[in-house]
Amino acid sequence: MTRSNLQITTPSDVSAGEVARAVTGASAEDAAKAEHLGVAASDRAPCCMDREPVVCTEHLTVQYGGQTAMRDVTMPIYRGCITGIVGPSGCGKSTFLNCLNRMTDMTEGCRVSGRVLIDGGDINHGTVNLLALRRRVGMIFQKPNPFPLSIRKNLTFPLKEHGVRSGSQRESLMTTALQQVGLWEEVKDRLDAPALGLSGGQQQRLCLARALVLEPDVVLLDEPCSALDPIASGVVEDLIDSLRGRYTVIIVTHNLAHARRLADDVAVFWLEEGAGTVIERGPAEQVFTAPRHPATAAYVEGRRG
Amino acid sequence: MYRPSSDMLLLAILRCLALIAVAIVLLIVVFLLIESLPAVRSVGMLRFFGDASWHPAGGAEAGRFNLTPMLIGTVAAAAGAVLLAVPLGMGSALFCRFYAPRRIGGVYRRLVELLAGIPSVVYGFWGLMVLAPLIRQWQPPGQSLLAGILILTIMILPTVALLSESSLRSVPRSYLDGASALGLSRWSTIRGVALPAAWGGIFTAVLLATGRAIGETMAVLMVAGNVVQTPASIFEPVRTLTANIALELGYAMEHHRSALFVSGLVLMVMIVVIVSLASWINRGRVHV
Repeated sequence: MTRSNLQITTPSDVSAGEVARAVTGASAEDAAKAEHLGVAASDRAPCCMDREPVVCTEHLTVQYGGQTAMRDVTMPIYRGCITGIVGPSGCGKSTFLNCLNRMTDMTEGCRVSGRVLIDGGDINHGTVNLLALRRRVGMIFQKPNPFPLSIRKNLTFPLKEHGVRSGSQRESLMTTALQQVGLWEEVKDRLDAPALGLSGGQQQRLCLARALVLEPDVVLLDEPCSALDPIASGVVEDLIDSLRGRYTVIIVTHNLAHARRLADDVAVFWLEEGAGTVIERGPAEQVFTAPRHPATAAYVEGRRG
Repeated sequence: MYRPSSDMLLLAILRCLALIAVAIVLLIVVFLLIESLPAVRSVGMLRFFGDASWHPAGGAEAGRFNLTPMLIGTVAAAAGAVLLAVPLGMGSALFCRFYAPRRIGGVYRRLVELLAGIPSVVYGFWGLMVLAPLIRQWQPPGQSLLAGILILTIMILPTVALLSESSLRSVPRSYLDGASALGLSRWSTIRGVALPAAWGGIFTAVLLATGRAIGETMAVLMVAGNVVQTPASIFEPVRTLTANIALELGYAMEHHRSALFVSGLVLMVMIVVIVSLASWINRGRVHV
């Protein structure tokens, strides 16, 4: 895809998301086939087999008011894979994530240099439709943040704003999304109840449904389980696992065990010369069992960080 | 349970203060009731709404005690002002919170705060010298319901704007970030997320503004013309209940005086009705 494809997904164009889905659909189909043939669930390869980079950052550097927070991050992220971003606090993990859907725009005094390419298109280019970009690159925050509306409206309102005019279509998309996150059975009888009345884990799943209902290509997760209790955290983790193949998932986490279970690829962020940067990246297996960087080795063994 | 003595002292002081606050309100109500009792007893409540006119000086029998035109004047002036001030104030709050660059927003808010601090007699004076003559050039006599509405609008505008703005400012950042991350435009975010989240505060703002519009006396008295009549158009002069009390209290005797306290009572009942109505409208809002 080229830059122009980035602009296809305009707010008023519903089917564009489906077009984009069709592009990623190839790997999803492979995944489905592989599962059908009885390939062991632990064998993740089929789901992100193509190793086709969908998001690429090039020499990405972020400054907050002149202070460099993240320096020179060059990293490909592969389609359909779950990429784990790990590392100690304050070394630019969330900053990296915020660059990918330009949430950095909202922070005053934040300056981004370098490039972020999504399907080859530079998302910081002046002609990019920011709203379409953010629809395509969904985001889940650390603390669940459902809107103070009803459960139903949390999903139908974004759909409506993105041009889904038919009420019945919104309802059916909502139902599908709630089923996708395993919330449907729990809330189907109280869709008009306030979303803030749900438990923390349910709220986080609702937020995930709210992102997925817009049919993004890429899903960014910023420590999605850290505010949840262990059981809710497990449910959300399984859910993220189920996104593999269908979405390109980038997840920031403090929890190494979490990353080890979920991620296909891992990038280790570390503080070097006062700014966060990637000191090691590669397939999760390799980073965890045969780390090349001494700091990574110490980190994954729990001796540092 | 052990309580340090400083805590006990504080508790005692707070209890006293709370008691005083409640006592003052109750005493005012009791005073109003006692003072209006003679008129209610000898004139009867019905005549305050059914008499031919307002000529209260003739005593309980010969006097005429119709408060209705002034009640209508009060309601019309307050309603008109609220209808104008709410959209303006909301627009101002939204501009200040979501659209204005930081520096301009700060200066703008200062100016609105200044507007809130101007004494009502100054508004009235300005209205009398500037606003009423302007209206007179267009539709005589100038001192009119319209002038009253406009003055009240300017006076309650800062209440609506400042309270709505602070309510919008207290909407958690996480809601707004969540909305942005979904690719919602600024206006969608405001309409669909920020306004519903700030609803409670905005509602309170409108309620307080309405209360002030009903209760405001001096400025309206100076511009509204004060003729006791049911206005046929917004260009005709009206007298509000508050203005009536202020105008006549100086020379009112016996039943006349007591009748003025009845109009005070009517004002208070109006406020109580509005507040109850508001909490009834607001009853289902549990999302915030």
